[in-house]
Amino acid sequence: MSTATAMQDRKPSAGGINRTFLWIEIKRMLRNRRTVIFTVVMPAIFFFIFGLSNKNQQLPNGHSYGQYILISLTVYAAMTAATGAGSQVAVERAQGWSRQLRLTPLLPGAYIAVKAAAALTLSLVAVIAQFVIGALAGVTMDVQTWVTAGLVAWLGSLVFAALGLFVGYLMPSQNVMQILGPALAILAMLGGLFMPIEIMGETFGAIAKFTPAYGIGQLARSPITGQFDAMWIVNVVIWLAIFVGGAALAFRRDTKRV
Amino acid sequence: MGITGVPAVHAVGLHKTFGEVRAVRGLDLTVQQGEVVAFLGPNGAGKTTTIDMILGLSTPDQGEVSIFGHSPRGAIARGQVAAVMQTGGLLRDITVRETVQLTAAMFDSSRPVEEALTRAGILDIANRKVEKCSGGQQQRLRFAMALVSDPGLLILDEPTTGMDVAGRRDFWAAIRADASRGRTVIFATHYLEEADAYADRIVLVRQGEVVADGTAAQIKNLASGRTVKASLPATDRHLLAGLPSADSVDYDAGKLTVRTADSDSVVRYLLNSTAAHDLEVVTNNLEEAFVALTGDGAESETTEPALEGDRA
Repeated sequence: MSTATAMQDRKPSAGGINRTFLWIEIKRMLRNRRTVIFTVVMPAIFFFIFGLSNKNQQLPNGHSYGQYILISLTVYAAMTAATGAGSQVAVERAQGWSRQLRLTPLLPGAYIAVKAAAALTLSLVAVIAQFVIGALAGVTMDVQTWVTAGLVAWLGSLVFAALGLFVGYLMPSQNVMQILGPALAILAMLGGLFMPIEIMGETFGAIAKFTPAYGIGQLARSPITGQFDAMWIVNVVIWLAIFVGGAALAFRRDTKRV
Repeated sequence: MGITGVPAVHAVGLHKTFGEVRAVRGLDLTVQQGEVVAFLGPNGAGKTTTIDMILGLSTPDQGEVSIFGHSPRGAIARGQVAAVMQTGGLLRDITVRETVQLTAAMFDSSRPVEEALTRAGILDIANRKVEKCSGGQQQRLRFAMALVSDPGLLILDEPTTGMDVAGRRDFWAAIRADASRGRTVIFATHYLEEADAYADRIVLVRQGEVVADGTAAQIKNLASGRTVKASLPATDRHLLAGLPSADSVDYDAGKLTVRTADSDSVVRYLLNSTAAHDLEVVTNNLEEAFVALTGDGAESETTEPALEGDRA
């Protein structure tokens, strides 16, 4: 019970990532009922409504609609999970937690890294949950398709973790997901996650190619469509750059003001 | 490397302006290790602004701050300073224990979580969600968070705001117990009694400047001085130069007014050494005097002439 250490000079802390921080972050997310509803329950309901009834139908390109919609909704679930996790910085800023953290050795970069890791954890849960529901509902795919589609949906969600951070640092709102939720649904629709782009019509089909969910969706479905276009990767990379850059700018503005 | 002898806080010439408002105007503050200092002043005196600059949460427009010889950020990275802020800074959705665990995890070395909870008196509510805690309990949680990194310097900004009398007393007992172990403590308050009861030294601030600095007794004397009035023939006016312990002397048409912290000496001198008569000693009300010393309408005698030039 001594404060002897206080009387000696100490070495500066590296201020890096630590396990306790990451673990509490993950626990916080999984305890949040709204997060679980957005990331697991809602995409599952969508799957039952849009996917199950016509899972054995054939798409114009000859593929099973069940596979198409399962992979698409998994991408949607992962992106919602990651955005939601990232946007929690808005709540933490509103509660003064970000300011409190500035009184600890934690470096801003480590904070962002932990947030990204937590977002990826949540989106992994979303991907697994969606696949389990799909498999139980009778969707069959070969192992390689499950793994490739799952990995693309999961890692692609990093783009949306960055979007969540961007919006989280931009807005002071406690209910940032009330704005992001509908926005994500629109992005998912435009990105061809709710219905095939082929049936959207020419104008929307053309716009779709430039929206942030499009590239990830196309890449995730490429094992069943057998198609690949380098532009899909370009789409993902550009949106990642835009959201990370935006988040970095918004973060810098935020720490200056506080 | 030891840091014996280095001041816990050394702030020189701090200035901070928000738009038109000059919140801090050339404030100097040096706090030695082991001191318990009250930063006393009315609301809007610039206490929080100064604390933010000491902690590196905001950058002074002019002036420098060092904590144990390091920059604020350097001292924070070394875990040498912790703060209990007035509001915010807590995650509502985690428990009291998790909050302290999380805080401890940010530092290279920390005290055991249970120890910090015990010292802050919140071990019994360790599993309670932060959002379910009362204002006083949240304040104790902030205190536990500050203790867990075992900082050499603890800064508290109006720590008992919103607490009831009993909560206030318990909170201060915990702080005092902690300070007796050798920690340097600076707390901001606008309660004269709180500063009087718990600080070794009081730094009185008004409009972003230090207007008085001393022990509680010295400040109280300053604030609670007396006024001696008398009639004095003009022929004895030159004898006023010999007046002991006078804060201010005013002589006008045979009427003398002396403000002093030691009215006995003044009266004794006037009666023994001059032809003064009709003496009257008026006691200033302590609270009124404090308000006079720190309020907006305070006499300009406490304002440094440099500031006037600075303003022009």
